[in-house]
Amino acid sequence: MQAESVVEGSEAVALAVKGCRPHVISAFPISPQTHIVEALARMVANGELDAAYVPVESEFSAASVLAGASAAGSRSYTASSSQGLLLMTEVLYASAGLRLPCVLTGVNRSISAPITIQVDHQDTVSLRDSGVIQFYVESSQEAYDVHLAAFKIAEDPGILLPVMVCMDGWILTHSYERVKLVSQEEIDGFLPKFRPENFLDIENPKTWGSYAEEDVLMEMRYSVQQAMQYGKRRIPEIFSELSRITGRDHGGLIEAYRTEGAAVVLVAMGSVAGTIKDAVDRLRDAGKKVGLVKIRCYRPFPHEDIRNAVQDARIVAVLDANFSMGSEGAVGLDLKAKLCGQPGAPPVLDFIAGLGGREVNADVVSRIVALAEQAVSSGSYPTESHWMDLNPAILP
Amino acid sequence: MDVQLAENQQELFAPGHRACPGCGMAVAARHILAATGSRVIVVTPTGCLETFTSPYGYSPWRVPWIHHLFENGPAVASGVAAALAAQGRNDIRVIVIAGDGSTFDIGFGALSGMLERGDDVLYICVENGAYMNTGNQRSGATMTYAATTTAPAGRCSMGKPQKKKDMPAIVSAHGTAYVATASVAYLKDLRRKVKKAMGFHGPRYIQIDTPCPSGWGFASDCTLAVGRLGVNCGLIPLFEMENGAVTRVRKIKKPVPVEAYLKAQGRFKHLFTQDRGALQVAQLQQIADGNIRRYGLADVEPKETA
Repeated sequence: MQAESVVEGSEAVALAVKGCRPHVISAFPISPQTHIVEALARMVANGELDAAYVPVESEFSAASVLAGASAAGSRSYTASSSQGLLLMTEVLYASAGLRLPCVLTGVNRSISAPITIQVDHQDTVSLRDSGVIQFYVESSQEAYDVHLAAFKIAEDPGILLPVMVCMDGWILTHSYERVKLVSQEEIDGFLPKFRPENFLDIENPKTWGSYAEEDVLMEMRYSVQQAMQYGKRRIPEIFSELSRITGRDHGGLIEAYRTEGAAVVLVAMGSVAGTIKDAVDRLRDAGKKVGLVKIRCYRPFPHEDIRNAVQDARIVAVLDANFSMGSEGAVGLDLKAKLCGQPGAPPVLDFIAGLGGREVNADVVSRIVALAEQAVSSGSYPTESHWMDLNPAILP
Repeated sequence: MDVQLAENQQELFAPGHRACPGCGMAVAARHILAATGSRVIVVTPTGCLETFTSPYGYSPWRVPWIHHLFENGPAVASGVAAALAAQGRNDIRVIVIAGDGSTFDIGFGALSGMLERGDDVLYICVENGAYMNTGNQRSGATMTYAATTTAPAGRCSMGKPQKKKDMPAIVSAHGTAYVATASVAYLKDLRRKVKKAMGFHGPRYIQIDTPCPSGWGFASDCTLAVGRLGVNCGLIPLFEMENGAVTRVRKIKKPVPVEAYLKAQGRFKHLFTQDRGALQVAQLQQIADGNIRRYGLADVEPKETA
């Protein structure tokens, strides 16, 4: 019997992290992430969590502390958002390259300028090339569960990479939900102690972080990609192991929702998936064959699973809460690249929706579906992203 | 003899690295580890020391060593220290050996954070007064009027116009229990200070003058001689501070004029080949005299000039 609590999303994350018994937590405040590290600070201050809590002077140092702790053989955790994640970028690339596992929560918030504290995915998507494994969650319950899995994934001897669990700021971090909690005994049974083969060991000194050139650098880079590819097999196994404890199955690398026989398949990440599921139900009730692919694992990119889920579709419509300036939304780019040249693959349209916290509701989803259907019936598939609901009155 | 380590002592910093001939930094690294012993983890940010000791597949480090980035040495070390504390491994200590670019400039914020938090890290800056790894660009540690590639001497320039950042004072102002300066020209003194620092807990800082033949412009067999001139003219004061107060200095028996130090190096050549250089030499002499008075380096203090 699992304890059920009504907790803030941030608290749910902190409870999961506490259950994973990290040795080292670094913390720097930035909205809307701050409640997570505040909750962890209280747990340490109250003696509920035995960890070294390092209140650093920047996100750059927050990520760097994790690197040092991980290299010294300790499980480590931090959280950040937006500008903080961009400041960590250089560190996270290096930690991935040095195969230093750690877990961080990427609480999604848009990037300056204009400065804002509202949600979109520009921050975490900007880290997609770094070698950090990225998950996106729909609910606080999923955030709790994925954090439990995240440490095991990061520390898997075949992976050894930083893992970032991305969750929408405010929508998830600051709302209260019922969350079922796993007992400490069950977490301990699921998640073994972190015992890396390589660490800064005075009995067996090694040099870590060497200078490398053309004779070995490509192979080192490729080994990170190999770990990502291995992750595509290993991550669903770890999710299944966790499901046996929790009794909850959120899916594997993706969750396919009512995609059977769907003519239009929407693709999205994060909390908007809940809204889309609701919209899909209504559209299905109205006789429209619509489904959703929720990407749970964005890096490694699960294009094989997505391809299977969209094989019957006439068209795929991606909702991107980010934009690669001068091109299009990142998920749209990924999907088009991976479907290009595949026999019978459906065309992909990219929709930019929800930047800076703009509401994406069932009506927006319905209009995206209508635009996709229109493209199919006209046989004309725009190659540029469609920015939803731009206000022409305030455009230059 | 000062330069030789005791023969039975295992070299924790092995020969065979790729430093330039006469590199003061390599000498410093060797003697730092001789003083710390083997139960240390070393963090080295990007710089000369990192580059010449870590070509992939080779290493002179016989202690666990990690390089991560340029500006995060202190924070990586904080992470190592936090992990060791959480693991209950208080028998292992953490030291950073970093250049002046990462210490004075790009990693300054991270260093300040580490000092302010009181993390148990011995931070050693092996200072050669410029970004030497990239070919001698000025840093916050570059001595006034030294010519570098980004503050060159020229018709309109006498080299770096700014003062050298007073890092020991800045570090001490954080409430750091032990702050010291040292020079590879005085290795016994250097090892004593490192050993002493290892006796403290919390953050500690040692700044070591490591003359650089290629950047400063002197022959590779003159490293220690140039280092000695720097100390004995007063431009490189050697002192120890405990909890904000100067507790011990290396006295200068007979101060040499700064001219002797400056003339030994190519980076100050313009002060002697341009007529107006006399003014700058006089200003540098004032800086040296100021150091001698401030730290009480000489038994007879230099007179204050107008």
